[in-house]
Formats: sequence, C-alpha cells, structure tokens
Amino acid sequence: MTAVMREPLDTTSLRTATGPNLNIERGNHRLRRRIVRIIWGVVLVVLTAIILYPLVWLFVSTFKPSSEFGQNPGLIPNNPTIDNYIKVVDGIAGVPLWRFFANSIFIAVMAVIGTLFSSALAAYAFARIRFKFVGVFFAAMIGTLLLPFHVIIIPQYIIFQRLDLIDTYVPLLIGKFLATEAFFVFLIVQFIRGIPREMDEAARIDGAGHARTFVSIILPLIKPALITSAIFSFIWTWNDFLGPLLYVNSPEKYPLPVALRLYNDTTSTSDYGATVAVSFLALVPILLFFIVFQRFLVDGVATQGLKG
Amino acid sequence: MTSTIPQATETSHAAGLASSAARSAKSRAGGPGGPRKRHRMAARENRAGYAFLAPWLIGFFALTIGPMAYSLYLSFTRYNIFSDPQWIGFDNYIRLFTQDSVYLQSVQVTAIYVFVGVPIKLMAALGIAMLLNYTTWATGFFRSSFYAPSLIGASVSVAIVWRAMFMTDGPVDSGLSFLGINIGGWVGNVALVLPMMILLAVWQFGAPMVIFLAGLKQVPRELYEAAEVDGAGPWRKFRSVTLPMLSPVIFFNLLLETINAFQVFASAFIISNGSGGPAGQTNFYTLYLYQRAFRDLQLGYASAMAWVLLVVVAIIAFILFRSQKKWVHYAGDDNR
Repeated sequence: MTAVMREPLDTTSLRTATGPNLNIERGNHRLRRRIVRIIWGVVLVVLTAIILYPLVWLFVSTFKPSSEFGQNPGLIPNNPTIDNYIKVVDGIAGVPLWRFFANSIFIAVMAVIGTLFSSALAAYAFARIRFKFVGVFFAAMIGTLLLPFHVIIIPQYIIFQRLDLIDTYVPLLIGKFLATEAFFVFLIVQFIRGIPREMDEAARIDGAGHARTFVSIILPLIKPALITSAIFSFIWTWNDFLGPLLYVNSPEKYPLPVALRLYNDTTSTSDYGATVAVSFLALVPILLFFIVFQRFLVDGVATQGLKG
Repeated sequence: MTSTIPQATETSHAAGLASSAARSAKSRAGGPGGPRKRHRMAARENRAGYAFLAPWLIGFFALTIGPMAYSLYLSFTRYNIFSDPQWIGFDNYIRLFTQDSVYLQSVQVTAIYVFVGVPIKLMAALGIAMLLNYTTWATGFFRSSFYAPSLIGASVSVAIVWRAMFMTDGPVDSGLSFLGINIGGWVGNVALVLPMMILLAVWQFGAPMVIFLAGLKQVPRELYEAAEVDGAGPWRKFRSVTLPMLSPVIFFNLLLETINAFQVFASAFIISNGSGGPAGQTNFYTLYLYQRAFRDLQLGYASAMAWVLLVVVAIIAFILFRSQKKWVHYAGDDNR
C-alpha cells in the first residue's frame, strides 16, 4: 500500500536514472501540473469578476435613468444617459454637491495632518526614548487597539456637547491631533524599530538631542510609513459615517457620507439614479488613491496587518 | 521605496503585539556613564519622552481613559443629558437581560454575524491567499483587486450598492432566478437579510488575505520539501506545515476581525434606514446602542450596553490569548 502511495515521489527522486518509461511519466506529471495551474488561473479570473462586479455595476448604473432600477438588473443600460450626473450637481437640501466634497476633503486633509504629526511623535517616544513608564504606556496603547469604540462614544458626546462643540468639526478632528488611533502609532513604531539604532546613536554622539535626531534622522527614514498612514487616515476619515452623523447637524457642513444618507432617505426608489451617481462619485477619490498607492496600502497591511 | 519596509516586521505582526511591550520595558535598563551622569541622562530622557508623548498622553487620558471611567459611572445611572445623572445601581444591567427583548435579539443577531461571518471570511481569505501564493502570473493585479473591497466596504456608498444589488429584481435576485432559484429580494426578507450582511463582510476578505499572503511567503520552502520526502500529500502538508507556520497570523487575524465585526455600523444603518429592520434582523449591537443613546437619549442605559460589550470583547480576547499556547507557534520560540 505505502509503496503505491510513494510512487509519484520516487519518480522525481529517481529522475537521473531515466528509462523511457520514466520520461513519459515525467511528461505526464508536467502536463498535469500545467492543467492544474490553468484551472486555478480560471478560478482566479472568475473570482475577480465576481468580487469586482458590484463596483462595475455601480459605475455602469450611474448611466441608467431612474426608471430602469428594479427593471433592468443587467450591466448595460437600455437608455444610457448622463442625466443623473447633471441632476446631482445641484446637490440636495439647498446645498450644492461640490460643498459636500469640499467638506469631506477639508476634514480628511486635516485628519491626515493631525494623525501624522501626533502619531510620529508618539511612535518616536515609544520606539527610541527610554523614559519612565514607557512600557506601561505602550501596553496601554496596544490595549486601545482592541478597545471597542462604544465605551467612549457616549461620554465623548457629552463632553463635546458641554463644550458647545456640536455642529463643528472639532469633535471629528481633535482625536487625530492627539494620536488616539493606535493603529498609526503602532505602524510607525514597528517601522522605526526596523531602522538600525546605530543611525540615531551616531547622531546622539555628535550631540544631537532627541528633537534633532527625530527631525533630521528618523523623519526622512520613515517616509514610507508616513505615506501609508496618510493614505489610510485619509480613506478612513473619508468613509467615516458615525462621527459626522453624531456631531454635524447642518447640511451645509455635511461631509459626503452623511449627505449620501439624505439621498438615500428622502428619495426612495423613485430617484435611484441620483443616489447611485453620488455613491459612485463619493468612491472616486478613494479608488484613485487606491490605484495610485496600492503598493503602499497592501504592503502597509501586510507588514502591519490591522483593520483594512 | 516600499522595499525599505523592514522584512523583520513581517514575521512579527502578531508576535509584535505580545512581545513588544516586554521589549521596550527591557530596553530601559542600563546606559553608559557613572551614576551621577546616568541619573542626569535619565532625567533628560524622561523629559524628552514625556514631551514627545504629550499629545498621545492628553488624548489617552482626556479622550479614552477619562471617558471610559465616566461611561462606567453612567452605566449605573439614569441620564438623559438634560437633568443630572440619577444613581440606580445595577438596574440598567438587570433590565438589559430581563426586560429588553429587542436587546437580546440584537445580541443574537450580532453573535451570528460575528461567529458565522468571521470564520467564513477568514477561511475565504486563507484559501484565496494560498491560491494566490501558488499562482505565478498577474498576482499583483489579483491581490489589489481582492483587497479593494476591504478599503471601501464600510462606506455608505457600498451599503447603498449592496442594497441595490440584493433588492427584489436586482442583479442577485435575477441572477439566481436565471439559475432557477426564486427566492426574491434579500433586503426585506427576514431570513435572508442577515446572510446578506454576512456576505458583505465576507466580500471584504482582502485585508486578512494580504496578511495571510505575507505569512505564507515566510514559510521556508525546505519544510515542504522535507514533508514531500516523508511522503506527505497536499492535505497533510497543509495540516502539518502550512497551518502551524501560519498560526501566529491566524491568531492575529482572528483577534482583529472578531473585534472589528462587533463594531459594524454604517452598512446596517444605511441598509435598514436606521431602523435595524426587517424584524430586527440588522439591529446590530452598535446600531441598537446608537438608537438608545442618541435617539431615545437613554445615555445611562446605552452606557451599560457598551460595558457589557467591552466585557464580552475582553473575555473573547482573553480566551484567545490564553489558547495561544495550545495552537500558536512563534518562529523564535526555540531560542527564546
């Protein structure tokens, strides 16, 4: 029994002692491998088509008139039109569409600046400075990675309400400037740890303090980690829904996700075209970012591997 | 440029979490110079450390620890933001488990979503990562295509698309009808709306897949060759080489995906228009907490919900960390 099972293995190890029989068998083996590879390739292509279908469907559907929704589930619009786009430029609730985009961009850019600034500082402290309680704080920082946001959202709301900061962007942004997103701190810490200590120790011996070392040695070296952080921070802020839903009340201050909810609410199925068009437009910046920076993103997840 | 991302960190995604705290504690001890100089240096290091960490420290105490303590207090009170909190002891907790059937249903729905959705998602991620690891052409393209949903999956746009895809006579319904399966729209169907939400989660398998893929690249080829010499078939190789070698990454993905799954909000909110319907089937924990806190202004009650969730998540994390010894193999274990 075992001898039979081992046969294919033996043919590979005895390959040098070829007889005509073994040669044919090797050919068969190679052919079989090739067929297997082709099958898996087809599986991958089909899988890609299924996974990307919702996005393709979204894009194509923006050219369908509203009346086609619920009647033409296929990809190709029966009466392609750009009416949806023309319609949505006017916006909703008296606010033009560009305003929502501008709000989203403003919030996301500020979030990126705050996140990079505060996370890089904290990460340098955790990775390179030997001060009292650094171990305790580091463990606490890792703990906040796993903390469900539910336990802080209610008190935070009460605090911001007391401070009269509802309907401003402060509640959305203050946390970014205070490095509350441990994901970014941890990402940069891991990156700094990968930099040989000799680099900054040489600077220290030359008399540079931590501030100098950080600015002139570490910052230039961690640029890839900063880029990855910036992109993730931008995308997550851009997508954030709960934050603006809680804190932003006036439509002219809405970022896109909350504005999208207006379309989704008030326009039921009758104006699906407009909803779909805005949904797509809201994804365009992220998809562009993704196409341009995909290596940074995928490598960032691979080396770091937190939420995506 | 990306190649400068240190390879060493790749092995340590999960190990890093566990050991880095210990590492930074250890690295504190010792330093050059005599006792007085060392003392002065330590003082300087302390000052620099707290200066660099100041933003994080302020955020940690003012936006995390402080609010946590406050929310624990609130969970023992009745509070509607307009009048002062009123101490009521364990009433909120008792009411949650004895009188609130909507809450219990939301727990059930969330539990199904997490404990069915996460394993399916991770199995899909692992299977497809292995497939990608085996393929030699266009892997970059596939990897990016599979990863894209993870990036946008939590957005309002995707929730809207998902609902449109699964509505009556939408693409999914008509596709299934074409195959002879007539189950109608998923969105309004009490039995199908939760599976639809799980599918949306599984669709975002790309992030754990990328991590699995990085883990697979670290498995030494010699191990597979040795297994082959011993006559191991594909299944045996998977069981005895791939799984043990990947166990730190599996652990890491399991922990984070589980915790993230508890926090799903935007998609459920959009798909059910904030109601959690039909029949409470999309009333996920976060959504119900949002309704209680910010629609009904029962902030004490909602805080109790939040703390129950925190305890549950902590227990799950604790069990996972404890079970590590049994099934997670860290590469450096032998020489530690």
